[in-house]
Amino acid sequence: MTDIDNSGAETEGASSGSMAPAQDRKTVKQEQRKELFATPSFIIGAVILSFWVLCSIVPGLFTKWGENEVIRLADGSTIPRTGPGANAWFGTDTIGNDVFARVIYGADNVLINAPISALIAVLAGAVLGLTMGYYRGLVDEILSRIIEAILSLPVILLALMVVVVFGNSRIVIVLTIAALFTPVVARTVRSAVTSEAQLDYVMSAKLRGESGWFIMMKEIFPNITNVLIVEFTVRVGYAIFTVATLSFLGLGAGDQSAADWGVDIANGYSLIQSGQWWISIFPALAIASLVISVNLIADSIEKVYNS
Amino acid sequence: MVRFIVRRLLLSIVTLFIILLVVFALTRVFPSDPAKQLAGPFASEERVAQLTESLGLDDPLPTQFFRLVRDVVTLDFGESFSQPGVRVIDLVRPALWNSAKLVFLALMITLPLSIVGGIVAARKKDTIIDRSIVSFGLASASIPDFVSGVLLQFIIGVQLGWLPSISNAPADAGFFGQLEYILLPALAILFVYFGYIARITRAGAVTALDSDYARTAYMKGMSTSEVVRKHVLKNALQPTVAVTGTQMGYLFGGLVGLERVFNYPGLGNLILRAALAPDFPLLQTSVVAVAVIFMIATLTSDLIIAWMNPRARLDVGEN
Amino acid sequence: MSLITNDSDRVQRGDPETAALAVQDLRLAYIVRGTPREVLRGVTFQVRPGEAFGLVGESGCGKSTSAYAAMRYLPSNGEITGGRVLANGLDITAMSSSDLRNFRATQASMVYQDPVQALNPTLKIGKQVAECFRILGSDKGGAEDQALEALKRVHIAAPGSVMDRYPHQLSGGMLQRVVIAMGLAGDPSLLILDEPTTGLDATVEAEVLDLVRELRHETNAAVLLIAHNLGVIRTMCDRVGVMYAGKMVEEASSDELFEEPRHPYTIGLMNAIPRLGLRKTDRALSTIPGNMPSIGTSLPTCVYVDRCPLATDICRSDAPPIVELGDGRWTRCHHSDQLSSIEEPSSDIPEHVVGPDNMIQLHSVSKTFRQKGVDIPALVSVDLGFAEGETLGLVGESGSGKSTLAKTLLGVHSADLGGEITLDGRVMKGKAIDRVDESIRAVQMVFQNPDSALNRAWTVRKILTRTVTSLTEIQGAAADRRVEELAEAMRLSSHHLDMRPRQLSGGLKQRVAIARAFAGDPRVVVCDEPTSALDVSVQAAILNLLATLQRDEKTSYLFITHDIGVVRYLADRIAVMYVGRILEKGFTDDIFEGPVHPYTEALLSAVPSIDGTSHDRIPLTGDIPSPSNPPSGCVFHTRCKYSMPGTCDVHEPPEVEVGPRHSIVCHLPIDEMPTPITVSISKKG
Repeated sequence: MTDIDNSGAETEGASSGSMAPAQDRKTVKQEQRKELFATPSFIIGAVILSFWVLCSIVPGLFTKWGENEVIRLADGSTIPRTGPGANAWFGTDTIGNDVFARVIYGADNVLINAPISALIAVLAGAVLGLTMGYYRGLVDEILSRIIEAILSLPVILLALMVVVVFGNSRIVIVLTIAALFTPVVARTVRSAVTSEAQLDYVMSAKLRGESGWFIMMKEIFPNITNVLIVEFTVRVGYAIFTVATLSFLGLGAGDQSAADWGVDIANGYSLIQSGQWWISIFPALAIASLVISVNLIADSIEKVYNS
Repeated sequence: MVRFIVRRLLLSIVTLFIILLVVFALTRVFPSDPAKQLAGPFASEERVAQLTESLGLDDPLPTQFFRLVRDVVTLDFGESFSQPGVRVIDLVRPALWNSAKLVFLALMITLPLSIVGGIVAARKKDTIIDRSIVSFGLASASIPDFVSGVLLQFIIGVQLGWLPSISNAPADAGFFGQLEYILLPALAILFVYFGYIARITRAGAVTALDSDYARTAYMKGMSTSEVVRKHVLKNALQPTVAVTGTQMGYLFGGLVGLERVFNYPGLGNLILRAALAPDFPLLQTSVVAVAVIFMIATLTSDLIIAWMNPRARLDVGEN
Repeated sequence: MSLITNDSDRVQRGDPETAALAVQDLRLAYIVRGTPREVLRGVTFQVRPGEAFGLVGESGCGKSTSAYAAMRYLPSNGEITGGRVLANGLDITAMSSSDLRNFRATQASMVYQDPVQALNPTLKIGKQVAECFRILGSDKGGAEDQALEALKRVHIAAPGSVMDRYPHQLSGGMLQRVVIAMGLAGDPSLLILDEPTTGLDATVEAEVLDLVRELRHETNAAVLLIAHNLGVIRTMCDRVGVMYAGKMVEEASSDELFEEPRHPYTIGLMNAIPRLGLRKTDRALSTIPGNMPSIGTSLPTCVYVDRCPLATDICRSDAPPIVELGDGRWTRCHHSDQLSSIEEPSSDIPEHVVGPDNMIQLHSVSKTFRQKGVDIPALVSVDLGFAEGETLGLVGESGSGKSTLAKTLLGVHSADLGGEITLDGRVMKGKAIDRVDESIRAVQMVFQNPDSALNRAWTVRKILTRTVTSLTEIQGAAADRRVEELAEAMRLSSHHLDMRPRQLSGGLKQRVAIARAFAGDPRVVVCDEPTSALDVSVQAAILNLLATLQRDEKTSYLFITHDIGVVRYLADRIAVMYVGRILEKGFTDDIFEGPVHPYTEALLSAVPSIDGTSHDRIPLTGDIPSPSNPPSGCVFHTRCKYSMPGTCDVHEPPEVEVGPRHSIVCHLPIDEMPTPITVSISKKG
């Protein structure tokens, strides 16, 4: 016979009957990670992405030709402007370089610059969004106006103007893109922070006399990490977009003769009509595959962590 | 309502001022000297100095800026540096018009397809159809416009030969003639945006379909298609309208890569040339043009949303 | 008394084919990730034509699901796995889609819980109501006329202008009338109401229920009413069915069920609710240990066995029989003959004398907000005091200022100039951040919604430890010990301490919230509707806990609630607020005995009573005035039936002492002040 306990709590179990009691933080995170790794879209995206990451780290693994090395056949001749075939899987460009090699070597520019700018943008945007969203007031108003002003022009326009002025070094490009993405991230973070700030636990913290800094960083911030992760993956996609477009326009980072997908497309697109399609199309497919893989990963992360 | 519009216009002016300031600052930091470019590689120093003075480039910076503001306000945009004697407005207007044509066609194709796609995906949530639409949209989103452009140019333009692969319509081409030439870049834009707009529409439609008022409609005895038509659409499409408005800046001034692939003389192309020249009046004016278009577009989309959603009218100042 | 084991063998009250609604062994499941999870495990009941049938039970029991199943409205992952539903002889479960649409348009209608959400925010009211008639075949003009008539039928004044408005421009009560008007459009023979008045103020709720009763008699429609407020069920329904874990465990007439329940679960529920004027000094509230099983759990043969005080081995091995008790009354239990052995818990709260109320005092506290250039006085000249270890109940409807009062006391807002709050005689600064540590510790809060009040990213241990270390001098290992003490006092296990809020049930979360409020040894804890979101049995446990904590720690409570039974149970003194002013305050017993303020009288009579009083309700006409535009003179005079023109509309009423520490703000002479009509258990000596 059950003892009727007037406080009722001792035998009151945890929430839903299907959850095992005493699950601590580690298990929940582990569960989410397992779910993520089992999602098909994540797997496909991760595979493609890993391939390109490997290409940028150890390109020599995949191709024996260098990026600016003209293919020489056994008899010493060169084969410029040749379509895909046994000697060159992706064909050769106008000079005679192996397009396949250039595709492999061309990965690193996009792959390194884009995530770094996205990361910087997310960090800066988080700081900005937290401050704006928690403190509100005049600073928030002014910053919001500035953000709106920046957002009225497309990123690529501002980026190209800055690069023309300040030069196309890697650091200029990375910082410019980061600076141009920060406002969007800040706006998203601000919105999440203002929602959180209305919840009662924030009021409860104020009633304890906690400082603004503590509430912002220790109470609110842990609840918006999901937003930041999703924003990061989305921004990487757009960063790839911008980096590739800059390269295509001839404003990409560094040495213009180095292998770079955008540059190669620029070099080859006018030749498509005359039939030499492979010079541009393979780098184009490479960009497309990278973007798709990043999107797949971003989407599966969002599904798992936002449920 | 009127107060709202006036307030927005005032805010827009502030924003335009900030943009003008930024563009001005950037141009005055340009590494190359437009006077020197204009004079040519063999010009004498005196010639360059003469040009510098006539272009007003030796005046103190604040003076130059005030001159710029005055010019913009009086709508006198001056003469191009890179094409002396040619008024800037005569260069910007055709580029603007070209971009408008492309954007119009692109939206005519993209919006109906994406919206229908999003609503179908929402109605068939979690089925194969839904997953296919979402996956396709996911895959194509943020593939750079020039990449889709190049691929389309190759497959449809060259291999299949269905459409011309360069957008240089002959001068006497009629409406449909011109259409043929800009269809490929418009399709490239479709690929960029389909995923994004379909997803937003889908999310809006799912929220509306799951809502209590949709349930009320079902309980009145309405069929699903009636519920969608009469109750869901107006609610579901608000985010879509908002998003379309904000993307106008990109569509008019950000298609630099795509315009280059198809050799299309749009606004983005013009800005790039102006930045490379450098042609300050042209650059300043065309950037301002993009900003103005963005502001008109977002104001319009906000007004449309207010029409769709009476609660939002509170934000626009009605009660 | 006969024992049968099969629902279908049970004596039906009538031919199912002629019932307004006949649910027959209905089984329903939600498909979650491929596996079906049972929600309804075989539900059988009938609603005869013209009858009002109520379904009661706690959250998750399946009552709402049954109601929606009656209209065959299932979520996208819902599936009927067995049984059927008949309405006026038509088989709802087997109908075609077009027949179903016709059924929904003409034979049955539904009224929903949240009328604000139930209407399309982008369409005018007129259009939405007219839509019902268009579906029935009227043309545009005809439908509009019919819509106007429909709105008049539900007593909406100025129906023409209401038709032209959008939902967000109308109040909750008004919107619910609109929904009811829509429901009556097709002259349905069955009206289903799912928590129709939850969330509405007491006086508004009473009006809506009156309307439903009137329309029911007018149209002779059958009514199926779902509500967790048992008072609403009692006053509206002829018969009641009690549901638990997807099965009906008892059915009886309304009076029979509430006076003499015959199932251990029903008995548990009845003993958990403060009713019949129960006070905390009479006895503790019964609690039901454990939780309702969640959807899809496979259950032993008796669904209630894990929590039942009478459970024995046979309850686990054999399905409990249906015990017919005559006249369509039955219960599902092996041990229905032993029900009287279920004891009521005793009381461990001694009677105590409330001391002088000078521990914390509010002197002339006002609070005015400025919004878009308009001044909104949310609190006007409030004088209130707390004694040690007493519970001061605060009642009032929306706009009364109770939340603002709580927040001003806590220091979320600072009072307007001229008012002050003192602790032990010393003035406290307006805002919490300006106050000294001692003052901050002295006033703490338990919020209504524990999901919002506890930081989901923190563990319980961290929440409590941080509160201890920041409110008190205690640090380090001593703080850990204090956290464990608190957990023990709230009956939280150390497992619970390491969990995050989302892993806990509502009752457990509130315990954490209470532990947090007590972490710094407060003098006053503000409890803002702490049990409104909880089920009855969980509420009972929390109220017991609050009462014992108060007894032991001598902490005072400002207890805000809309539940009159709860405030009568727990509070030593009560204050009644209306439009930012305190209209009455006094000891609980004195208030329920009378005399009272006219508003108090109306409020008490508006609350649907679980105890079967058949008094006439005092109708309150009009809406609650907006605080930014209060009526002149006495702020209540626009709705008061005792209002004396020339006095009440001109002069502000005085505060009159009608008894020891019992004051009423009214112009009426004391002997003309009303006496509330309530039912009490006869006081045992």
